[in-house]
Amino acid sequence: MQFLSTDGVFSVSEQSEQYAPYLERLTEADHRRFYRDMSVVRAFDVESANLQRQGQLALWVPSFGQEAAQVGSAHAARPQDHLFPSYREHAVGFVRGIDLLNVLRLLRGVTHGGWDPKDPTNGNFHLYTLVIGSQTLHATGYALGQKLDGRTNTGNHETDEATMVYFGDGATSQGDVSEALVFASSYQTPQVFFLQNNHWAISVPVTTQSRTPLHRRGDGFGVPNVQVDGNDVLASFAVTAKHLDDARSGQGPQLIEALTYRIGAHTTSDDPTKYRTQEELDSWVAKDPIARFEAYLRSQNAPQSFFDDVDAEAKDFASDIRCRTLALETPDMSLMFDHVYSEPHPLLEEQKAWLAQYENSMNGGESA
Amino acid sequence: MSDTMTNTQATGGDGAEAPRGVENLPMVKALNAGLRQAMLDDPRVLMMGEDIGRLGGVFRVTEGLQPEFGTDRVLDTPLAESGIIGTAIGLAMHGFRPVCEIQFDGFIYPGFDQITSQLAKLTNRHEGQLSMPLVIRVPYGGHIGAVEHHQESPEAYFAHTPGLRAVSPSTPNDAYWMIQEAIASNDPVMFFEPKSRYWPKGEVDFSSSAVPLHASRVVRTGTDVTLVGHGAMVTVLLQAAELAAAEGTSVEVVDLRSLSPVDYGPVVESVRKTGRAVVAQEASGFASIGSEIAATITERAFYSLEAPVLRVSGFDTPFPPAKLEGLFLPDADRILEAVDRSLAY
Ligand SMILES: Cc1ncc(C[n+]2csc(CCOP(=O)(O)OP(=O)(O)O)c2C)c(N)n1
Repeated sequence: MQFLSTDGVFSVSEQSEQYAPYLERLTEADHRRFYRDMSVVRAFDVESANLQRQGQLALWVPSFGQEAAQVGSAHAARPQDHLFPSYREHAVGFVRGIDLLNVLRLLRGVTHGGWDPKDPTNGNFHLYTLVIGSQTLHATGYALGQKLDGRTNTGNHETDEATMVYFGDGATSQGDVSEALVFASSYQTPQVFFLQNNHWAISVPVTTQSRTPLHRRGDGFGVPNVQVDGNDVLASFAVTAKHLDDARSGQGPQLIEALTYRIGAHTTSDDPTKYRTQEELDSWVAKDPIARFEAYLRSQNAPQSFFDDVDAEAKDFASDIRCRTLALETPDMSLMFDHVYSEPHPLLEEQKAWLAQYENSMNGGESA
Repeated sequence: MSDTMTNTQATGGDGAEAPRGVENLPMVKALNAGLRQAMLDDPRVLMMGEDIGRLGGVFRVTEGLQPEFGTDRVLDTPLAESGIIGTAIGLAMHGFRPVCEIQFDGFIYPGFDQITSQLAKLTNRHEGQLSMPLVIRVPYGGHIGAVEHHQESPEAYFAHTPGLRAVSPSTPNDAYWMIQEAIASNDPVMFFEPKSRYWPKGEVDFSSSAVPLHASRVVRTGTDVTLVGHGAMVTVLLQAAELAAAEGTSVEVVDLRSLSPVDYGPVVESVRKTGRAVVAQEASGFASIGSEIAATITERAFYSLEAPVLRVSGFDTPFPPAKLEGLFLPDADRILEAVDRSLAY
């Protein structure tokens, strides 16, 4: 399913026809916003990788190449929707309004979380989950809650809620993901499973995880499914908008497989030259989602000044992130003890007091 | 090789000579050599795990094994820990000796059910008619500044589970020999690899194994206090012993090596001599290996003790964000603080 060819030419096919009406929601300003979001997050991504190389982050997880799948789907979600990411969804978080510095705090090792999903400024964007696949079940439970509380399928798309969960091609092999599809189907949750098939799970190709196109797994679970060109931001938007609205109007869970590619390394600890070919990489670089959308916008007469402005904004964003990352401070040791339980726990209180006294004595204060 | 396997020519070995003599190697290389030797020695040994083949593992412990032994003996699995362990159980039923790699400590839990409810109990369920010669390799522990789920020490869950054996080498030499002994064992062995000790080099004596798989060992002799630990903690204990020596305290250090069963002989003998013991570990302390060791020392050496057996461990919190790991993980100073407390009784 595609609207934009790799060189950015727009067309509607028999397959994409049913999704075309969703594009009518988009204004020229929306299109430019998509381009700007993808470009800013790419600059952020490149800067973050630099920060890691310079020892400022423990690790970096690049989103490079997956911007269209993320920006398109995130813009398709309505404000009342809840989004459960894996750990590479920086562009989704950005679109939903989180301060991306929070992602860097996580990868610098000053927090395990980063942001408060309950804070309305964070766009119902839940925390990253590093254990592969786990969040798919959480999303299913959340969506079931939306249904049980009557917050969905009232007939009003402007307020009816849905949940969307992001996961990778590798994750589809985890039992949790199959169980999430079973539960979602069984309870007909208002939910979209958004699978980014970036073709690799570290060094393992998607063919090791599945012998059929992954979206077809949905058939076995009774979950309507579709495969979309994840490097086409318009297609990603339209498909997600439709299936989220299907989900919020009582049609149960939906599975979207977005075909994309992890242009970068799995993380900064990874060396992809060990397992994939330059030709394969080149073939996907040629399908770059941002270049493609730029070609489209230019064909729609977007002026050079617009691209220059986005460039400048992206650079500013990256340098601002750099400054704020360098200024991040090591948290106080109480962070370790204070949130393990929500009610007091005697063992931890004792250990926290002991550590405070011990640190004090080591720093030349009174010994115990 | 079973006729059910297709890649029959890949029974292993490019004919390269086994290493001899003594070499200075990091633990990752020692493990690699040990795994390779085990595959050469027994064609029924095979490896399974995420990214272990083409990539050679995220820590490169299995580097070169897939090119040498083929894809039927070094399997890049789909991404599913329960799948890895459960399938390995079936392979073991069919007569293979699978060695599974779990990518990081914190990712073992999707396989926990297969390990504790199946692997650990199958021999018992079959009333001894079936053995489960499986090894599960788990890179574990902190000091590497990584994100959540990448620095944990889950060994107590498994040592607590009847039917599993559990060991953890602290040196490259032990790693080389213990991995082969674990693979040769007819019981399931949880093999905990202290990842902060993966890269420092140490002498590996390829000519003979020093001690059996489940033996504990005195690694430094002393007279005043006994320190007990395993894995990466052993290095910290030796540092503490050095520092204590400079202050006139003579410390004995025992490396447990095996966490189930525990070889209490050298531990109890040492405590009978020194009268004092400090048990240390990276894992959280509550209901831990350290608790078990401390209790047993108290039972078996009660009349020799001059002080209660003390424990030093990670706090009873989740492993903290990397920037706080230095506060969580016991270092030589934390050990010495306990040594001082013990001596003050
Ligand atoms: C349960 C679990 N096992 C192993 C890992 C280690 N690991 C981290 S990412 C990854 C590959 C994930 O691939 P995929 O789901 O395709 O997502 P991608 O990283 O490509 O976005 C692996 C094996 C993990 N995080 N969690």
